[in-house]
Amino acid sequence: MTTYNSLLFEISKPGRKGYSLPETEVDQTAVADILPAHLVREEPAELPELSELQIMRHYTGLSNKNFGIETGFYPLGSCTMKYNPKINEDIARYSGFAHIHPLQPEQTAQGAFELMHRLEENLKEVTGMDAISLQPAAGAQGEWAGLLIFKAYHQANGEGDKRRKILVPDSAHGTNPASAVVAGYDVVEIKSNEHGRVGIEALKAAVGPDTAGLMLTNPNTLGLFEVDIVEIAEIVHEAGGLLYYDGANANAILGKSTPGEMGFDVVHLNLHKSFSTPHGGGGPGSGPIGVKDYLKAFLPSPRIEKTAEGFTVSRDHPQAIGRVKGYFGNFGVNVRAYSYIRSMGAEGLQQVSEDAVLHANYLKARLAPYYDTPYQDHCKHEFVLSGMRQKKQGVRTLDIAKRLLDYGFYAPTVYFPLIVEECLMIEPTETEAKEELDAFADAMIEIAKDAENDPEIVTGAPYTKAVRRLDEVTAARKPVVTFQRNSAELKR
Amino acid sequence: MTKQHRYLPTTEQDRREMLDTIGVSSIKDLFKDIPESTRATKDKAIALEDPLSEQALVRQMKELAGQNVTTDSHAYFLGAGVYDHYAPSIVNHVILRSEFMTAYTPYQPEASQGELQALFEFQTMMCELTGMDVANSSLYDGFTSLGEACNLAVSATKKQEILYSKALHPQAKEVIGTYAYGMEYSVNEIGLNGTRTDMEALKAGISDETAAVIIQYPNFFGTVEDLKEINALMEASKGLLIVMSNPLSLGVLESPGKLGADIVVGDTQPFGLPMSFGGPHCGYFAVKKKYMRKIPSRIVGQTVDADGQRGFVMTLQTREQHIRREKATSNMSSNQALFALATSVFLAALGKVGVQEMAAQNISHAHYLKNQLKQKGLTVLSEDDFFNEFVVQLDRPVAEITEQLLEEGIVAGLDVSEELGWTNAMLLCATEKRTKEEMDKLVSLLTGEDK
Repeated sequence: MTTYNSLLFEISKPGRKGYSLPETEVDQTAVADILPAHLVREEPAELPELSELQIMRHYTGLSNKNFGIETGFYPLGSCTMKYNPKINEDIARYSGFAHIHPLQPEQTAQGAFELMHRLEENLKEVTGMDAISLQPAAGAQGEWAGLLIFKAYHQANGEGDKRRKILVPDSAHGTNPASAVVAGYDVVEIKSNEHGRVGIEALKAAVGPDTAGLMLTNPNTLGLFEVDIVEIAEIVHEAGGLLYYDGANANAILGKSTPGEMGFDVVHLNLHKSFSTPHGGGGPGSGPIGVKDYLKAFLPSPRIEKTAEGFTVSRDHPQAIGRVKGYFGNFGVNVRAYSYIRSMGAEGLQQVSEDAVLHANYLKARLAPYYDTPYQDHCKHEFVLSGMRQKKQGVRTLDIAKRLLDYGFYAPTVYFPLIVEECLMIEPTETEAKEELDAFADAMIEIAKDAENDPEIVTGAPYTKAVRRLDEVTAARKPVVTFQRNSAELKR
Repeated sequence: MTKQHRYLPTTEQDRREMLDTIGVSSIKDLFKDIPESTRATKDKAIALEDPLSEQALVRQMKELAGQNVTTDSHAYFLGAGVYDHYAPSIVNHVILRSEFMTAYTPYQPEASQGELQALFEFQTMMCELTGMDVANSSLYDGFTSLGEACNLAVSATKKQEILYSKALHPQAKEVIGTYAYGMEYSVNEIGLNGTRTDMEALKAGISDETAAVIIQYPNFFGTVEDLKEINALMEASKGLLIVMSNPLSLGVLESPGKLGADIVVGDTQPFGLPMSFGGPHCGYFAVKKKYMRKIPSRIVGQTVDADGQRGFVMTLQTREQHIRREKATSNMSSNQALFALATSVFLAALGKVGVQEMAAQNISHAHYLKNQLKQKGLTVLSEDDFFNEFVVQLDRPVAEITEQLLEEGIVAGLDVSEELGWTNAMLLCATEKRTKEEMDKLVSLLTGEDK
């Protein structure tokens, strides 16, 4: 079933169609009658022409060449590839959620506002923050919005020109420094210590009157909890900076602790990670942010407010950083996340984190004899291995990743974080059964043995996918990013 | 908790076995690294409502959903950036396939060929519609795409001022204002002449400092701006022409690429995506080849595998933050892949002819509505060169009429009195979904024939 290899444009034939529009009941107005000739389209867009079944076969053929959580185990570190409950898909498609307009009169969308309000209340609890904005569309947008709040806060205190630097640990997600740059900040990298944590001395040396704040993921991308978090927060706050919590790894601490308790001032959560909404192949996500009371005034506008007459949209927030996205954020994603929270409850969320952490430590324990483990402490919901032992045998981490595909698994995150050589970052999540974890561990062990005895079998992988290993270098050097109608030289 | 949750497979026995393998006696040992002062305790526990069974969840969520007026109960004449359009059933069926829905960013292309190819096809179709050379595989929404376009223009031209037409969507203005606050450049508004950009003011506004001019096409009020004329005004300028366009209109309007645009952005919501209270939708971003290596977020490229067979990979990733962390020009990481897929299914279904037909129906419906209102004596503030939206002046405050229409099963257009500086101005939209009966009813209610 994985041999299908045609593009929409190659199976198209003039005259076919896959739609039905009713006949227009009114007099037709031709575009040429209302616009000058140069604004009327001269050549129609070359879109494909296909029947419904052809389209369904096309996409079924493509889906058979794609791997999702329901295909198999997806241990992609820092991405929290947990089960995406089906009922939440049904709920998001209720007409009262899917077919409502963001600008329709407020009194006609009270159910939607109430859901948003309840979700905000729940996220306050989970994060230990005082106010939430559901507007950011994803984690990176949450980071950016959070840093703009830093900026607005320092400006309001008359320190905007002075505090121009954001501190980011070298283990941070790549979006952290990028978000700082597009928020107008300079980035200062903080070296991790030998235990994989923020080095206190390095931090002390870096903070100063030019510090706007620190961005931190906790547990960090090595899967390790920042045990010195209380001291870290003190150091940054004493220097006049603020603390940003990257919630990508929140799945490890639900109900166990909160960023608020740890001393963070601003936080984002990835609802598509910890709160089970589907990743969709790269989106849509949702990245709400939470702040402490003293930063509330700077949250994005507009906000939802509960009044005696019902919910209303308030726009009068002169200190707000502005709007980061259209309308109210990714409402449909937020509906799913709220359904998830209501299905789990506080105890359920705590169980989520306990099992996620248990699973990660279990896998780490099983794999430790076969792969290098750069950090010996117990991990949280994910851990890193280094493929250095295998590299010496002629097998790189990339090869291990490709070989895992042949065993029916997706690969872990690889070559990240950057501070671990030949890194494999593994996050099993709580929704995988022990049998699945064992099967994965067995495969990893077998690959380690092959690396030692028969490395070619690993370096030649994958063998069972729709394609063999792809040439990414040529793709970047000579980019072909649209269908080339008149070039048949590439083999189909 | 001894109760087994339906989403959690791990049993007490599993836990015991795993703890033994790890070599610890209890789960608590794995959380000792969280400093005691920050740990949740009985009195510091998070408080959430008790978990719901699936049945109870459905009941509660239906109750919330049931409070809202929807396109099932009402005829929507409200557009203003989000539209009630026909979506073939197959769009939803394809995106529900879990191989697409539950995947993540295709980091391992060999196991993600389906999605990569679908995104490659999406890029191709967006280039066809916009008349541009290169498109990315989607961004959060139309407004954030516009913000990214502004950042690109500032970085490419090394100039510090963005000019935008007052006929740009008000929320788009807010979003680019936030982008400008981040990267610290200036944004300035060019005024209106009726419901379109004032050409004289634009001419006067363009200077050596102009990084880009933003024009919405058709604009926020539905009027089709003359991009050719605007491009001519910019001839001597090094600034870029950024066009934000409703992609459905491009079925019949000349492509912005042919008319001189450097960057074309917008939202594909009209292509089969539910309104969903404003999101998730799907931004698109297309440029001239010259700017290919400056495009934010992800691009899929064609390549070959070890056997010479065609395949697809994410490419040009040196732009991405994970390689050159501090030198990033955008922090975009995830996109809206699932809705880029939905858009592609929609475009495959409508195809070359259907997109033109649907766009033409929008024009016919909106112009029928306009003609009827005019005939019955209302003042139409838009000239005739509009797509599926136009501005009408009512004889009463918009809010009052909106209330009355709701009772009659109609969601009225948007109040744009403030934006235009006219009293009682309503922006009305009639898509292909509005029937003659619905339009006639609206006309009689607005013109007071029913009284």
